[in-house]
Amino acid sequence: MMSFVSYFLSGVSLGSVYAIIALGYTMVYGIAKMLNFAHGDILMVGAYVAFLGLNSLGLPIPLATLLAMVTCTLLGIIIERAAYKPLRQANSLSVLITAIGVSYLLQNLALLLFGANPKSFSSFVPVGAVRFADGALTISGETLVTIAACVIIVAGLIHFINHTKAGQAMLAVSEDKGAATLMGVDVNRTIALTFAIGSALASIGGILLCSAYPTLTPTTGAMPGIKAFVAAVLGGIGSIPGAFIGGILLGILENLSKAYISSKLSDAIVFSVLIIVLLVRPTGILGKKIMEKV
Amino acid sequence: MKKALSLLVGAVMALSLCACGSSGSAPAPTEAAKAPTAEAAGEAKADAPAADGPVWKIGGQGPLTGGAAIYGIAVVNGAEIAIEEINQNGGINGYQIEYQKADDEHDQEKAINAYNSLKDWGMHFLVGPTTSSPTIAVGTEAEADNLFMITPSGSAVDCTAPKNVFRVCFSDPAQGAKSAQYIGTHKLAEKVGVIYDSSDVYSTGIYESFASEAPGQGLEIVATEEFTSESNKNFSVQLQKMKDAGAELVFLPFYYTEASLVLTQAASMDFKPIFFGCDGMDGILNVENFDTSLAEGLMLLTPFAADATDDLTVSFVKNYQDSYGETPNQFAADAYDAVYIIKAAAEKANLNPEMSVSELGDAMQKAITEIEVDGLTGSGMTWNEGGDVDKEPKAVVIENGAYASAE
Repeated sequence: MMSFVSYFLSGVSLGSVYAIIALGYTMVYGIAKMLNFAHGDILMVGAYVAFLGLNSLGLPIPLATLLAMVTCTLLGIIIERAAYKPLRQANSLSVLITAIGVSYLLQNLALLLFGANPKSFSSFVPVGAVRFADGALTISGETLVTIAACVIIVAGLIHFINHTKAGQAMLAVSEDKGAATLMGVDVNRTIALTFAIGSALASIGGILLCSAYPTLTPTTGAMPGIKAFVAAVLGGIGSIPGAFIGGILLGILENLSKAYISSKLSDAIVFSVLIIVLLVRPTGILGKKIMEKV
Repeated sequence: MKKALSLLVGAVMALSLCACGSSGSAPAPTEAAKAPTAEAAGEAKADAPAADGPVWKIGGQGPLTGGAAIYGIAVVNGAEIAIEEINQNGGINGYQIEYQKADDEHDQEKAINAYNSLKDWGMHFLVGPTTSSPTIAVGTEAEADNLFMITPSGSAVDCTAPKNVFRVCFSDPAQGAKSAQYIGTHKLAEKVGVIYDSSDVYSTGIYESFASEAPGQGLEIVATEEFTSESNKNFSVQLQKMKDAGAELVFLPFYYTEASLVLTQAASMDFKPIFFGCDGMDGILNVENFDTSLAEGLMLLTPFAADATDDLTVSFVKNYQDSYGETPNQFAADAYDAVYIIKAAAEKANLNPEMSVSELGDAMQKAITEIEVDGLTGSGMTWNEGGDVDKEPKAVVIENGAYASAE
């Protein structure tokens, strides 16, 4: 029983990291209608900046976090301006290939700057572990903080989108770019804002990911990036609550199938579930049905 | 549109290649700095009387740039130290040795190019390649040339499949069996858990031989858990299962990058068994910013410990530090031994550099199975015709953040 609780909670924690990263995918997809495959690598850059801020510059944890967020925000905006904006009218395949290119560019730049040797990330979570039932169940501080951070971020984003002018502009752009322009919404600025928010979230995701699993290499972001993309699709890409649900489900599913079926097959099981969900609900759990106009 | 797309793809590829290339060349300065040592070897040769006559040409090969450069550089440096020593003491059968190294970037194709360039130079014996997949590729070429080659550290089973290829290190499966024997004879634990990387041939090979050897050593494997290279971050489930199964020792036959995560997560869930690793664990203390107190008590089976106090190790470590400014790892020691193994076999068969590569190859293949060598990585090392070494494994334990010999 205690083991089940432990598997479940670490699954929720893993899922929370997936969810935070998936938010970036889903927002960018919802608004710019593109898959930003470099998202996972922005996460890695955020983690490196935070690592350097804490260990080389000696900044306190909140400042190092802020530095990572600011750097990633700027990086997100620059990538959007330099690589994606010129392709706004191009077909989606070109944009996809560019995103993959940016992803490799970031990985290789990190390899050049930081080297291939792994760095051990010091935890950014000052909360100690909580023990129940004489140590039979230990919940780490990282688990608790990650879950809390995820809930706060999702609630904050939903509030931002529904109750601020910039959020409303995002909704408008995601529904119809042309109409939004006619209504006086600055589409380019809105898309840049989306990238800024998504990248800042990625840096938080990177810090939480590396706090819980403290090895940092230039490819740290690659696999979580793909898992988070799966989470976004599972929940319904374009939907913020969908990314949250998809992320948490994916994390729990991964841990429980590892625990009770086979640690070798856990990825196969997770991805099979994804296929089944998409067969039944092609738009994902919370995805909107889009009527094809013929 | 199509043109724009292809241009874009081209640009992206060029860009990532650029980045690769320059990251690969990052360790180059150390290489360039090392280049004069080849001249130093040349000077040593000039002092010797046999300088203008025939000389032995030994080639060294490994990744000198790129992600695996740490291994290749160690191998060429270790071999260089052995060759300088041998030259100062009169060479092999009275002939001096010339040494030439080539970079294979841990890539099969480049490994063959490197091998061919060494062959054009006139190589008699090859100390290398360093890593397994280039060793397999070069082995096939060398078999066609019947050139004697000894890999210091290519541990995959297939490395020694060609009849002319021998090795200094244990094969992957041998490490698993030797680990089980070590745990059994030293009575470290009875209930053992294993976590291994099912997507990696190195890790799987060690696990399989460990599992088949364990029952014979009085070990009970209470839990076996896998992970893959796609899910190598979260080990909490696997560790929880080890804890529930009451494992007293957890065997970790994989690389230190993942192992550092396992140790961190085990500590955070108050799980404190003995952790036991293989040679892939070597390097865990060098992970930047890693809290080495987490590795306290970690044991690993490795053929070489730089802090050992025997004369041979002490003088090797001192020479290496004087020449290259770092403490040698087991790859350097393997390469150092490889050169002395060539010396022992060539002396046994009474060979000279004027013989053809193929004649040397035949004679060496026979001679190596008849010799016994005491080296840095084991004493009383012998070889079978299959190319594999037999020697006693050594274990080290991490104490106060440093390796210490475990007895």
